[in-house]
Amino acid sequence: MIDTLIDITLLVFLTITAIAIIKIHNLFVIIMLFGIFSLHSAGLFVVMDAPDVAFTEAAVGAGISTVLMLATLALTKDHHEKKPKHRARLPLLVILITGAALVYGTYDIPSFGDPDSPAHQHVKPRYIERSVEETGVPNVVTAVLASYRGYDTLGELTVIFTAGLGVMLLIGGRLRSRKKNET
Amino acid sequence: MIEVIIGHYNYWVVILLMMAGFYTVINRGNLIKKIAGLNIFQTSVFLLYISIGYINEGTMPIIAEGFDKYANPLPHVMILTAIVVGVSTIALGLALIVRIKDAYGTIEEDEIHDQDMSL
Repeated sequence: MIDTLIDITLLVFLTITAIAIIKIHNLFVIIMLFGIFSLHSAGLFVVMDAPDVAFTEAAVGAGISTVLMLATLALTKDHHEKKPKHRARLPLLVILITGAALVYGTYDIPSFGDPDSPAHQHVKPRYIERSVEETGVPNVVTAVLASYRGYDTLGELTVIFTAGLGVMLLIGGRLRSRKKNET
Repeated sequence: MIEVIIGHYNYWVVILLMMAGFYTVINRGNLIKKIAGLNIFQTSVFLLYISIGYINEGTMPIIAEGFDKYANPLPHVMILTAIVVGVSTIALGLALIVRIKDAYGTIEEDEIHDQDMSL
């Protein structure tokens, strides 16, 4: 019962934050609200029994993303969003249709937290039953991430490396040319 | 009817959040705001996946004595990867915004189109 109450409260907070982000035009406020949004979703992950995801979301989503966005704001020096010239009718239509299609799709998803849903029947019991004896790690998420799917996680590092390389190529030249201008 | 609402309200709110992010991406012209919208969209997809892995009266997927109902660990693993990939995408997008600001002097989409004489 208390779980459901916390769940609903956090969902309401998330909705308010998302709508505030659409309405507000000051970019600094938007970025701060975005950090709040990430932190609330991290809380929701804890309620939904996913502490590992909550750690990562709080550290990476609320922490690093917000810092990166603030750094961009400092570099671009544009603090105010200009109001869009065109009307909002077409985008509104698009999201209404997409949203309606998605809501229609949820009728085929088993109820929230249903223990008999297919997601809990098939591959999951194998990992729950065997992971401790096979890897020696009690946390199944860690066991799957670092042991069963170790190569996948290694591939993830390649993604981070490529992104870091891209950012350095894009911004590194900028700093160099600025130094040249100063001398 | 009430059963459907209790069983699905979580998904519906997540879809609402997803559409709020999507709307920010397609309707707002400011590039930083677009990235914030993209991030909201992404986070709601994560919430959808974790909702599917949730189990009533279960616990976190850390094996311990006295518990036999665990949340599904597989969506958690996928979303952990997705969060990290998401932050890489956002870092790259923000770096591009910095470059666009250097080249065009603005981060408003309309003004960039005006300068390019496109649209």
